[in-house]
Amino acid sequence: MTYMTEIFKIIMLVLLIVCAVSVNLTRGLLKAVIIFMSYSSIMCVLWVLMESPDLAITEAAVGAGVSGILFMATLKKIDAEKEDAREEETEDGRERT
Amino acid sequence: MLETLLINYEEAAAIILFGIGFTTLLFQRNLIKKLIGMNIMDTGVFLFLASMGYISGRKAPIITNGVTDMEAYINPVPAGLVLTGIVVSVSVTAVMLSLTIRLYRRYHTLNLDDIYALSKHQIEDR
Amino acid sequence: MRKRFKKWVMGRTDVMDRILDDASEIYDQPRETIKKQRMELVREMEERPGYERTLETEQKGFYLIYHIVAVISCILLIGVLLYTVAMLPRYGEENVRADEVVERYVERGLEETGAVNIVSGMILDYRAFDTLGESHVLFTALICVMILLRVDHKNMRSEYEDYYTVLSDRYYSLERDTIIRTMGKILLPCIFVYGIYILLNGQNSPGGGFSGGAVMGTGLIITAAAFGFDRVDSFLPLRVSMWMTFLSLMFYSFAKGYVFFTGANGLENHIPKGVPGAILSGGLILPLDIAVGLVVAGTMFGFYSLIRRGNIGGA
Repeated sequence: MTYMTEIFKIIMLVLLIVCAVSVNLTRGLLKAVIIFMSYSSIMCVLWVLMESPDLAITEAAVGAGVSGILFMATLKKIDAEKEDAREEETEDGRERT
Repeated sequence: MLETLLINYEEAAAIILFGIGFTTLLFQRNLIKKLIGMNIMDTGVFLFLASMGYISGRKAPIITNGVTDMEAYINPVPAGLVLTGIVVSVSVTAVMLSLTIRLYRRYHTLNLDDIYALSKHQIEDR
Repeated sequence: MRKRFKKWVMGRTDVMDRILDDASEIYDQPRETIKKQRMELVREMEERPGYERTLETEQKGFYLIYHIVAVISCILLIGVLLYTVAMLPRYGEENVRADEVVERYVERGLEETGAVNIVSGMILDYRAFDTLGESHVLFTALICVMILLRVDHKNMRSEYEDYYTVLSDRYYSLERDTIIRTMGKILLPCIFVYGIYILLNGQNSPGGGFSGGAVMGTGLIITAAAFGFDRVDSFLPLRVSMWMTFLSLMFYSFAKGYVFFTGANGLENHIPKGVPGAILSGGLILPLDIAVGLVVAGTMFGFYSLIRRGNIGGA
């Protein structure tokens, strides 16, 4: 069928928009970073469909690789993986679970 | 006008991604989510730029079998521009993450409004 | 005036010497006391009279206006841009009015640059100046992160930052995980060979400097995570890593930086172009590819190392 590529491309674009919206709505910070890494991988598939393989290799190595790892290393360093994005203040000052 | 939007579906999706990233940047109060929103804006712009160079029915710009005709390859110029942009985007993300670490160590919170209030309070006190 | 300027240039004045903090005093205390002191400091700031009031009144009125203006501006932005997209030419058709540059690049690219991959030949020969600027951006970002995150006595002297905590959380060692170590032993040779293959074949197949450098940088990050930083320090200390990055950048600058004086097209290449399709072809493209790849790999590993432990190599 001649329209299979088009349908595949439309499905990938819809998945991209779903990933981008769900980064807004999640609560945990670690979950948002993981969804961001999957967003980057879907982008890599889109670059192949648009006939530019250089961009695909670079996006896979940099977006899902280095950028995601830097986010996770930051979260580990400041001890904020389980932190709620909308936090409620307890009475104990700034102690958060 | 709606028909043209449906034909240019890829550019429309790129613009919607740019808008979602911008909304994340404005409405979220956590610093890490603002950085993720800025990254989504960046990739939306790259998608828009590279989809301007795509011509349907033609192949990737690597010369095969000695065919150096212009009619057989897509436009290679936007791909070169996006290649630089991807690497610059990760550099900017790294610098902003290091600023976030320094801010957290100083104020012990990742909420932008609290940081602003605390900093103003401290300056008045000195 | 001149003496003060000279002292500042030589680095002898101390910007933070009014915020007094004796490092040895803090270092010797046990961790619990330090934690308690920090919490007390934050609590003191909160319990000051007027703190709650300033928070509330500042933020309530501000939020209403901010949300309304933000919603309006987002809708306006997306609306205007979508309207512009509707007026663009059809997606997937060629642009007949802006063809001269593309024609020159595609049709005479092979005989003028010797590269089979048109994109690689374009960014390293026709538009080598852009890649020069981009490598400088990478190096500048590495220096900025080093200024902000490096752990030494000049960076950690304020009464809010906890010198002891920062110094003691430098090595968050992974608990010698079996999975990461075994998969590292299997995968790491493949990753490095793949990265070098992409780098060397930049002009014959998809790839090039950025892609190969990114893959090699990721390989270095996996080595540091799976085997500990001591192993990486033994073959890539600070001096080797920084000299590698710096010398590659200098080589690229001297090879293509003279276009400031001679105009956009530069001088003619006297390096032979070779047979298209072989590794040693393309004139100056192969050495420039290697230089860009080394800059990117060193920068990516430098970012990770600075965030994890506060310096790039060495003690």
